[in-house]
Amino acid sequence: MRAKIMDRAATIVLTLIAVLIIGILVGLLGFILTQGWHKLNLDFLTSPPDIVKAGGGIGPQLFNSLYLLVLTMVIALPLGIGAGIYMAEYAPDNKFTQFIRMSIEVLSSLPSIVVGLFGLLVFVNMTGWGYTLFSGALALTVFNLPLLVRVTEDAIRNVPRSQKEASLALGITKWRTIVSVILPAALPGILTGTILASGRVFGEAAALLFTAGMSSPNLDFSQFSLSGPTSPLNPFRPAETLAVHIWKVNSEGLAPDARDVADGAAAVLIIAVLLFNLSARWFGAWIYKKMTSGAN
Amino acid sequence: MSVMTLEKTIIRARDVSVYYGEKQAISNIHMDIDRNSVTAFIGPSGCGKSTLLRSMNRMNDLVPSCRVTGSIEVDGTDINSPDVNIEGLRQVVGMVFQRANPFFKSIYENIAFAPRFHGMTDKRKLDEVVEESLRKAALWDEVKDRLRESALSLSGGQQQRLCIARAIAMQPTILLLDEPASALDPISTMKIEELVMSLKEEYTIVIVTHNLHQAARISDKTAFFLLGELIEYSDTSKLFTTPEHEKTEAYISGRFG
Amino acid sequence: MTHRTDTQSQSGIARKMLSSNKRQWTENMTGKLVATFCAGLLIVVVLSITYFIASKGLSTFFVNGISITEFLSQIKWDPEGEPAVYGVFPFILGSFLVTTLAALIAAPLGIGAAIFMIELYPNFGKKVLKPVIELLVGIPSVVYGYVGLTLLVPFIREQFDVLGFSLLAGGLVLALMILPTITSVAADAISAVPQDLRNASLALGATRWQTIWNVVLHSSLPGCLTAIVLGMARAFGEALAVQMVIGNTTKLPGSLLDPISTLTSGITLNMGNTVQGTPYNNALWSMALLLLLMSFVFIMILRIIGRKGLVNK
Repeated sequence: MRAKIMDRAATIVLTLIAVLIIGILVGLLGFILTQGWHKLNLDFLTSPPDIVKAGGGIGPQLFNSLYLLVLTMVIALPLGIGAGIYMAEYAPDNKFTQFIRMSIEVLSSLPSIVVGLFGLLVFVNMTGWGYTLFSGALALTVFNLPLLVRVTEDAIRNVPRSQKEASLALGITKWRTIVSVILPAALPGILTGTILASGRVFGEAAALLFTAGMSSPNLDFSQFSLSGPTSPLNPFRPAETLAVHIWKVNSEGLAPDARDVADGAAAVLIIAVLLFNLSARWFGAWIYKKMTSGAN
Repeated sequence: MSVMTLEKTIIRARDVSVYYGEKQAISNIHMDIDRNSVTAFIGPSGCGKSTLLRSMNRMNDLVPSCRVTGSIEVDGTDINSPDVNIEGLRQVVGMVFQRANPFFKSIYENIAFAPRFHGMTDKRKLDEVVEESLRKAALWDEVKDRLRESALSLSGGQQQRLCIARAIAMQPTILLLDEPASALDPISTMKIEELVMSLKEEYTIVIVTHNLHQAARISDKTAFFLLGELIEYSDTSKLFTTPEHEKTEAYISGRFG
Repeated sequence: MTHRTDTQSQSGIARKMLSSNKRQWTENMTGKLVATFCAGLLIVVVLSITYFIASKGLSTFFVNGISITEFLSQIKWDPEGEPAVYGVFPFILGSFLVTTLAALIAAPLGIGAAIFMIELYPNFGKKVLKPVIELLVGIPSVVYGYVGLTLLVPFIREQFDVLGFSLLAGGLVLALMILPTITSVAADAISAVPQDLRNASLALGATRWQTIWNVVLHSSLPGCLTAIVLGMARAFGEALAVQMVIGNTTKLPGSLLDPISTLTSGITLNMGNTVQGTPYNNALWSMALLLLLMSFVFIMILRIIGRKGLVNK
């Protein structure tokens, strides 16, 4: 009899836990969205922050987050996919490969603040650039490489061997087989992983404090040059991102509506993350369906 | 220019053994395959017929532990010689696999992909090659209006014919077929068999099959393998009616396999 | 194409097989080299990170002459005092306390959720709970910190009449952050338990919970432990979310409700105020080195768990 009671009790407890977790998520999202919703207008999203008065916005920070995301991916994707190709198709069973696996393991467990500090030493001080968006992009590349490598390697390994055999049997070289036959087939997996990595990049702050910096010049969006301190596209300028801004506003917010600004910024951040998460799912499923359409 | 009488033998195997690590899969094969013939490899599962087939276009190279000894000559050239360019070999010796494996591309692209890689960039020429290969594979009429559609939208039998067309597009001399119809329904199988027999005039065909009736139907010569050894190799009609070896006779009459 | 087999000369075939296509060969080789370079880069990056942080972190001891034992065990942290005292024990203690607290809260919840998802209601689990977990993973840590700051800290302040910024707040925020990690890794481990084992237990008359407790959890123990350790590693390395809610004092805490500091928060708050090369700055780098070493320790713990798990199988 005791066993039955235990069974019933356990089921109740476990169900409560599940309900609790779902409740937390709903509560969390609901709290942030309802708190920040009123702030979400075009003015808030485009105007620069105000340090002392109320009414500042998050324009430059939002732009920085997006630009940083693009720049990081431009650097990290080729490197990650290249390494993933090596691990899936070329890596022999030797020490070098073992070292690579260990490196991936170590990199993926590093605290992001440590990656940021490394970035400070090398990409800010040693290079003499100071706090720049580019330094942040390099730090985030380091941070994201393990995920991209693993995602690519898995996606490539999941491509049926028969595809590779078909190509090789036609006299196609190994590299061309990888690039023209295997990679396109692995694309859904790689894309899904990329979108998830993008979500992480967009929300990352600790690695950027001492690389991209905690300030941003007022960006002059009429400038299209790649240099110049207020030119938005210049990667060699400080670039506080949205996530860093939320942190900064909370620790040294002087403006009277600091709390409001943080609410709005948090809402934007959450919405962006939700978008990334959802599009990762849908996109991956859509491409998969398209590629295997009508397969018997 | 004098008319060169071409040698009858196009593939010559001498003392060929294949090892996977320590395990020996094939022992001491001696065999000559005739130009423009259909040769069938038969035998129970694991007898080495597929392994031998795959040695002929060095697909075994994909397995790191695989080792081939002896000599396999295609038209007089030892294919395992270090001077041989493996991509070139595979242009001369084409292969179709057991399960149809079209690329995740359009029907057109499946066929044009390899010729384009090997240097054919003229679009009109590619169009010609695509049409001619599909005609020879008896698939043209069925797909001519949907060349840009995904190859995966075809039925199993059509996909396999597409794979044959894809192999033919490279203008190989020899076609290796590894149980090409085993995953197909009877009607598709029949179409493939008719196709194989029609291709004999232009290509040399070696076909691995576990379907004895199929071997009897379409091949000129048949080779029977058992446990990695070549037991008997002769004209199909002779092997199936008056086999010399008792094991051949036992296999054909279904006493094992 | 005409019947060309009777006019094709022997040399045609041999030519195809013996000629080498320079362009193809170069492309093939270049591709392989590029891929190898990318992979090798990973090793270079890890070695650089270790080298640079270690050389900066060790200069506190070798250049500034501070003793390691004093550094690690002294309770007083007063780098701007006269004389300057560098004792990081409060930070180390804070990190360990908040990580342990987070694990104590999140582990039962996470493993419970995993059991719910896999054993009790798999359909509901896959359709609802799993996406929820994945969403929670994606929420940036600053958002967790921010919610902690605006909701949790005032709540604790009101309920217990204290500052609000506390070890408890840090533990709760971190628990929430690592919960999804623990849940998904534990869920993987639990679903890997062969169905036969469950069937055998049920066939002997055990209840579902007995089966879960005795059979499933027992077999997936290494996996569940891995999940918890992974969560702890993440908690230990978290900087901003925890810094926003713990108060950041360097006094040792007397209770759950007292404020604390962690290694990560110490670095975050002070790195910007110090000058490169000064002992204060170097001391912060030593703290970073400690963080790096701790992540190595976590990796080793995970490897030991993994190996033990294999041995027991």
